[in-house]
Amino acid sequence: MEELKLLGAWPSIYCYRVIWALKLKGVKYEYVEEDLSNKSDHLLQYNPVHKKVPVLVHHGKPVAETSVILEYIEEIWPQNPLLPNDPFEKALARFWTKFEEDKSPAFFAFFRGVGEEQEKATKEAKQLLKIIEDHGLGEKKFFGGNKIGLVDLAFGWLSAWLEVMEEVVGIKLMEANSFPRLEAWNKSFKEEPMIKENLPDRDEMLPYFKSLREKLIASATT
Amino acid sequence: MADEVVLLDFWPSMFGMRVRIALAEKGIKYEYKDEDLRNKSPLLLEMNPIHKKIPVLIHNGKPVCESLIIVQYIDEVWKDRCPLLPIDPYQRAHSRFWADFVDKKVIEVLMKISTTKGEEKEAGKMEFFEIFKILEGELGDKPYFGGETFGFVDLSLIPYYSWFYAIETIGELNIEAECPKIVAWAKKCLQKETVAKTLPDQKKVYEYVEQMRKKFGNG
Repeated sequence: MEELKLLGAWPSIYCYRVIWALKLKGVKYEYVEEDLSNKSDHLLQYNPVHKKVPVLVHHGKPVAETSVILEYIEEIWPQNPLLPNDPFEKALARFWTKFEEDKSPAFFAFFRGVGEEQEKATKEAKQLLKIIEDHGLGEKKFFGGNKIGLVDLAFGWLSAWLEVMEEVVGIKLMEANSFPRLEAWNKSFKEEPMIKENLPDRDEMLPYFKSLREKLIASATT
Repeated sequence: MADEVVLLDFWPSMFGMRVRIALAEKGIKYEYKDEDLRNKSPLLLEMNPIHKKIPVLIHNGKPVCESLIIVQYIDEVWKDRCPLLPIDPYQRAHSRFWADFVDKKVIEVLMKISTTKGEEKEAGKMEFFEIFKILEGELGDKPYFGGETFGFVDLSLIPYYSWFYAIETIGELNIEAECPKIVAWAKKCLQKETVAKTLPDQKKVYEYVEQMRKKFGNG
């Protein structure tokens, strides 16, 4: 058996991406939950540069940074490919995973904003969702085409996580009427067996995100 | 059928330089188009409608955007020569990690140094040296980040060297004094024809930056 460990922290969207990739490929691994307020020696040893999760440790060798981990998984375990074979299509998939990474501060601003800043962030987040729906997803069932790919995993947080964030903030961002295709994708994504079985519990996420938003607002005003 | 390769770029762009070096390393013939970023061409807007940024590589009419994505595309399409990434998956992950580090850290700290004053600027300068000392640590005693040969990480970082004079003058710092290994590595890279022919003169970059600062204010 391959010696494979995943250092993660609930309910990190980045850690879930790696979990989904491993599950979709049928790869067995040991999951280690990290306490990010008290980082373990292992974490600091395996990711001394960023000191963050997720970290994949394969035969004792660490791989850090979510996008790097996912490309590594794709290369080591090519079954059920999550990236297209064609270099141009692959570049397009990488473009959209980078887009998600670059634009995530805007969604973070939506989550922690209040008042006027909140309004501005909501507007920007909706514009981004439109771009993602029109140009990223288009008419496809999944971002990856007929089946789930790395881009779906990158936008996977738009499913279970966004709903909870919207409830905590009190603003609906991804309205079904405004984003019908993203809504359809959301349903399809959550129905995939490997995803369905590996989503964080909504009732557990609600108090977590509520407390997180309160902390962020408090620290912004000090 | 001959490949038609066009690069939409802007001469002082570090991101564009990455692609130019990659194309040169692979010996790929291409048409270079310098964009006026204050008056973007219809071709650029059509080929990169999402970000409207350079560089964009147009290969047989199809656009590829984002510099490191373009470099990986080039490496995969023209895979018969001069590999830019290692063959071993773990080494590839290691290269991707460090190129990602460069992308995440360097431009942000440069913006901080060039657009802030006083305490904030001093903090930016400290951060700059922290980042480059980490890079020096990763380089170690190797001739290149890629080991014995120039590779993905070297390519992602070396364009910043053409901005060093501008950074030192505007930032009021001495990079060689604090990070001698990085400067030595950069000079070694410049011995390669592909790098020497791609990187613009440091003073020319400084003049461009000063021109922009005068036009748009020092921030």
